[in-house]
Amino acid sequence: MTSQGIILSGLDGDRTWRLADYVKRGGYEALRKIIAEQIPADQIIGEVKKSALRGRGGAGFPTGLKWSFMPRAFPGAKYLACNSDEGEPGTFKDRDILRYNPHTVIEGMIIAGYAMGCERGYNYIHGEIFEVYDRFEEALAEAREAGLLGKNILGSDFSFDLFAHHGYGAYICGEETALLESIEGKKGQPRFKPPFPASFGLYGKPTTINNTETFASIPYIIREGGEAFLALGKPNNGGTKLFSVSGHVNKPGNYEIPLGTPFSVLLEMAGGMRGGRKLKAVIPGGSSAPVLPGDVMMDCTMDYDSISKAGSMLGSGAVIVMDETTCMVKALERLSYFYFEESCGQCTPCREGTGWLYRVVHRIENGLGRPDDMDLLNSVTSNIMGRTICALGDAASMPVQSFVKHFGDEFAFHIEQKKCLVPPQVQYDGSKIYVA
Amino acid sequence: MLSPESLKKIDREVAKYPADQKQSASMSALRIAQEEKGWLANETIEFVADYLEMPAIAVFEVASFYNMYDLAPVGTQKITVCTNLPCALSGGVHAADYIKKRLGIDFNETTPDGRFTLKEGECMGACGDAPVLLVNNHQMCSWMTEEKIDQLLADLQK
Ligand SMILES: Cc1cc2nc3c(=O)[nH]c(=O)nc-3n(C[C@H](O)[C@H](O)[C@H](O)COP(=O)(O)O)c2cc1C
Ligand code: SF4
Ligand code: FES
Repeated sequence: MTSQGIILSGLDGDRTWRLADYVKRGGYEALRKIIAEQIPADQIIGEVKKSALRGRGGAGFPTGLKWSFMPRAFPGAKYLACNSDEGEPGTFKDRDILRYNPHTVIEGMIIAGYAMGCERGYNYIHGEIFEVYDRFEEALAEAREAGLLGKNILGSDFSFDLFAHHGYGAYICGEETALLESIEGKKGQPRFKPPFPASFGLYGKPTTINNTETFASIPYIIREGGEAFLALGKPNNGGTKLFSVSGHVNKPGNYEIPLGTPFSVLLEMAGGMRGGRKLKAVIPGGSSAPVLPGDVMMDCTMDYDSISKAGSMLGSGAVIVMDETTCMVKALERLSYFYFEESCGQCTPCREGTGWLYRVVHRIENGLGRPDDMDLLNSVTSNIMGRTICALGDAASMPVQSFVKHFGDEFAFHIEQKKCLVPPQVQYDGSKIYVA
Repeated sequence: MLSPESLKKIDREVAKYPADQKQSASMSALRIAQEEKGWLANETIEFVADYLEMPAIAVFEVASFYNMYDLAPVGTQKITVCTNLPCALSGGVHAADYIKKRLGIDFNETTPDGRFTLKEGECMGACGDAPVLLVNNHQMCSWMTEEKIDQLLADLQK
């Protein structure tokens, strides 16, 4: 864990997650300032807009704009949800935020509750990181005890409460409307949009959903100002961001760096390529983002605009690095299996299509590919994309399209020669158990 | 039936939601029930449904939708290894192969003595710690080299 940023910086010792430690780092100053100066909600949302903070959960939607969609005058309950269902393969940043600095998420959510007039929030935590769920509950208890949560926060007339809800093994619950269904105690099946959560969300009430890292950025923005946050990154790409680097590097881990940092610098921070081997490909934004060839990636900077210009997405900031020992067909086969397994089955193009994609990639990898299989893959993806209730259909299709586009020769080799381009033993040895 | 301790835990969960939204606690209630019973038998699910005043079918749907609930008996120790791509690049598959060899079972099998069940998992949001595995859903083990796997299996044998 390396930080040149605002969320994971200054964390020393093993009590960084405690309230007292957080307060020593300037924690809850932003909230105290809002309460003491009775800062109007509009001004807070204006500050978030100025910061150019974009959602850290994957879609990169401007947070200030999202907050302004909430009907603040709506009478009755309004809700806030934090998306800590981190299940996008390659992404492991929210876990570290919640493990080492949970109060910054709590403070961010209280401020968001204040700005949007919400009375209650839920943090939806990935079931597989159950220890984090337990810890978050302890942090909530600390905040309640200190009068920072609950009725009449810090003696004001503002009340807001926050609770933890855990997932239990369903990637689809990371999709925001599936997440709401899941909090309602149902199967996590995404809803049709519109209506959007800002008008019909949790229990049918106006609701805003943001990612853990998005909320964790809020206290800094209020304390130091939107301009200061913006200046940490680059225009339209405000702030620092956490990148989870995994795969064939010497030091996998989380790196919090300014948006706009060259990929080559990030790769160096992550210890460079394992065994000095050659970079082959990078998935820059979690498994759903299109893969990019290594040389294209070496020319990118790590921000929304640069990665999207190169033909991919910054997504959740999960950087999956693959070296020359990787079989691209096998890599895609594993991802396609994942989407097939995790489709909620509600829409036919996704349910059937993800099964098709997996079966075709599987047969190519296993020497049973047919001459027109690459065309078949492309046609299946175009029958899925844009025809489903949620974005999982697109998420399953984009890896397939991009792997076939950039590594078509390797697919063709499999189909013609009925074997891998990279010898199986080289693949196996290249991905041995590795501990930095 | 669940123990008074489990019921107390479920009551705590119910209190997190608006008074007319008790069903929101179904996920945690099932989790608590599974912690006590080891797996979710039909009668356990029905009991949870009654307790939360929900139709049994609604709770069955939840129990079968989420992967971490076990609707059939599993070994005393359920080991779930992540083999998704990011982990696979750093030994996730090797770690799973090693455990299979040590236990003499494949994925979705249980050792004859009923002690271990092995499962293949999807991304656990801990890929930087690869290879990673979960013991009984809640205990995450990171950087699992062959030596650490040996140690873990020895500890779980006790
Ligand atoms: C299949 C699928 C999985 C998703 N998983 C996550 C996730 O694990 N965490 C997350 O924050 N957003 C995830 N999202 C995006 C959310 O739907 C939503 O856009 C996001 O939580 C909004 O927060 P933000 O604006 O702060 O990024 C997922 C979307 C889809 C379609
Ligand atoms: S696109 Fe797939 S995951 Fe999303 S709602 Fe449809 S079937 Fe479910
Ligand atoms: S891929 Fe194994 S924890 Fe993410």
